[in-house]
Amino acid sequence: MIEHSTDILVIGGGAAGMSAALAASESKGLRVTIVDDNPRLGGQIWRAELGKSKSSEADRLISAITSGKFSILNGTQIFGTANDGSLLGVVRDETIKLHYNKLILATGAREHFLPFPGWTSPRVFGAGGLQALVKGGFNVSGKRILVAGTGPLLLVVAEYLKQKGAKVVAIAEQASASKINRFALGLWRYPTKIAQGLELRSSLGGIPYLKDCWVTAAKCKSPRVSKGETSDMRVSPSLTHGLSHGYSKSTKEALSVMLTQKGRSWSIECDYLAVGFHLVPNTELAVVLGCSIGDGFVLVDKLQRTSKHNIFAVGEPTGIGGVEASLIEGRIAGYAAAGETRKAESLFVKRDRTSRFADSLNSTFALRDELKTLADATTTVCRCEDVSYASLCEFSNAREAKLQTRCGMGPCQGRVCGPATEFLFGWQPGSVRQPIFPVKLETL
Amino acid sequence: MNFDVAIVGAGIVGAACAAGLSREGLSVALIDPNGIATGSTAAGMGHIVVMDDSDAQFALTDYSQKLWNDLAAELPQNSEYEHCGTIWVATDEEEMAEVRRKQAFYADRGLPCEILDERSLREAEPNLREGLAGGLRVKNDSVVYQLCATKYLAEKAMANGTKFIDAKAVGFSAEGVKLSRGETILCDRIVNAAGVSAPDLSAELSVVKRKGHLVITDRYPGFVSHQLIELGYLRSAHGKDADSVAFNVQPRSTGQILLGSSRQFGVDNTDIDPALVRSMTSRAFEYMPKLRELSAVRTWTGFRPATPDKLPYIGCIGDTNVFAAAGHEGLGITTSLGTAELIVDEILGRSSAIDREPYRPSRKV
Repeated sequence: MIEHSTDILVIGGGAAGMSAALAASESKGLRVTIVDDNPRLGGQIWRAELGKSKSSEADRLISAITSGKFSILNGTQIFGTANDGSLLGVVRDETIKLHYNKLILATGAREHFLPFPGWTSPRVFGAGGLQALVKGGFNVSGKRILVAGTGPLLLVVAEYLKQKGAKVVAIAEQASASKINRFALGLWRYPTKIAQGLELRSSLGGIPYLKDCWVTAAKCKSPRVSKGETSDMRVSPSLTHGLSHGYSKSTKEALSVMLTQKGRSWSIECDYLAVGFHLVPNTELAVVLGCSIGDGFVLVDKLQRTSKHNIFAVGEPTGIGGVEASLIEGRIAGYAAAGETRKAESLFVKRDRTSRFADSLNSTFALRDELKTLADATTTVCRCEDVSYASLCEFSNAREAKLQTRCGMGPCQGRVCGPATEFLFGWQPGSVRQPIFPVKLETL
Repeated sequence: MNFDVAIVGAGIVGAACAAGLSREGLSVALIDPNGIATGSTAAGMGHIVVMDDSDAQFALTDYSQKLWNDLAAELPQNSEYEHCGTIWVATDEEEMAEVRRKQAFYADRGLPCEILDERSLREAEPNLREGLAGGLRVKNDSVVYQLCATKYLAEKAMANGTKFIDAKAVGFSAEGVKLSRGETILCDRIVNAAGVSAPDLSAELSVVKRKGHLVITDRYPGFVSHQLIELGYLRSAHGKDADSVAFNVQPRSTGQILLGSSRQFGVDNTDIDPALVRSMTSRAFEYMPKLRELSAVRTWTGFRPATPDKLPYIGCIGDTNVFAAAGHEGLGITTSLGTAELIVDEILGRSSAIDREPYRPSRKV
């Protein structure tokens, strides 16, 4: 077992985590460690952009971090705690034990998925998952792709796919046109956002952005993926990568997607569907550590302190707010953890502004009730354990359903179906126990 | 309405009692604030096993196992009743002597079992390490997904008119069961099947929590074929105070492997104890080194309702209208069906298939 001791331990190397680490490191003599489960820093949003000057903020942070005196533990997955309160992780098949004085949780978010008939078909991907696959080398050039769901991520993904040569046939956004227009009008209050919005809109040129519009079903006409096509890049059945277990390189359009908008329904033929319903915070580690949760988010005070002594939380786990909120919250927590309370307090005004933006973002893209009725009796809700919508209907809470049907008991431990059943049935998520990720028995 | 019997606790014991009593035409209320099969029943392994700790324990487990085999035909598929058998694994000659004693005990009582030598043990379970002395295969033991089986029993009871009452029982009286919401469920007799909470309602019962940890893996069909338990399990199970662990793995019909076991007294919280989990898995690796590489998906804890003499309390408490069906420790799933029949017989004034005396709540413990 590897042992590592540090003063300030940051879990998550995305925008919030890097920002926190950097702020903390301004205090001389403090050891700061960043742990990230991916091979590279940057988080979901920046990982593939590093060194490409895509975002000046990203490059500034990365170069500051990599030239600083941080300990960076990449490829390290935290799965729980040890008896003495230290964190346990796994890195290259070895167990690592992390001791800290202050802990900053910057564990980010994952995509929110909702079940509809056909959502588990091959050729249906998570929007962020497909983007990650493409970043990893999956070729979408010439492919007809429908992007659907909700939230600003759809625009980012559509733009990215278009850049990579895909023909994005449309973006189907479930939020209403009036809400989105109001949101866009309000953007002037957030100067950097409006620039981003405009930039994005111009590069989207030609892609229809359909509002009040959502997918009701997807049907794969050639679900059989021909031999040899999946072996090189098998899609993970859960979590951050797509929804699909396999895909085809065939140029023949093979997916028929039913869309609805204001009472009108039609189908679109395409190669792939990229779907995502905004984000869900990764709060599992905070829960295992005993931090109080409210409304699905980690509760923090003005200094980003959780209910647990010496533990801070920043970024999406405290509220889905995007990069800017993450950066400021990270700095506040970094300063506060380093004892520089005054520096942290000087950022409160800025943070309040980003959190107002987050509030309007979340109300704009709140999921409409009609989406609760998409699944039919046979639609799979829990992929890991093959649990259908109909078999869940008789239960009144998540625990009962879990115990009787194993819904949420598979390898992803309810990360996909938990938020779905919360939306569909109003069930509060079940308990979280370590390991929060599957680990080898010898690591446990 | 006045029920013939009100049962407190909808774990597997309460559900089995409800099914048995309602089958006989009695009107039954089944009371639990947490739904069906949510306490110790939900946390356990679902191993149907005949034990030879004492003649009384053998009698109850053997009788119950036969009842399970009768029930198996009607259990729905989601109960995953699998006739996998148990192998008690011996590490050395001393434990092989215990294997032979155990075999003689079971054989005398007509229980099919066979002694395995080193080679046949490895043939039966190729993932056990080399160099183990042997074992005893007990053929009739089974595993069941006890959560769905409990629900089946409760639904069977409800189909016979049992009323499920979603409420917390806070006390007993001659009139019936008092609920926390103030009302009293009127009944002639009460069955206390409240597991670890049984003493809260019947102070005469000496039941304490014995905490256990379990780990479940991802799916590895065929990795293990029998329920495997080390013979040293008995030492672990008999220890009265210290924390103990034992090698105990179970093949689930899903291909998953359930790995136990730990025993702790005096721990009242449900937290995972990572150090104890480690000593539990380390113990398992000593028997089955290849387990190291398997992916652990989830761990959890539960409380066994333990009595001082390792036998449950079954039957009328003194001269009250209350019947105990509690304190089954780690054998509640197995002995639920036998327990229910003894309760039914006693309430109806009939004799039973086995002697009820050893389980009387009034016995000296």
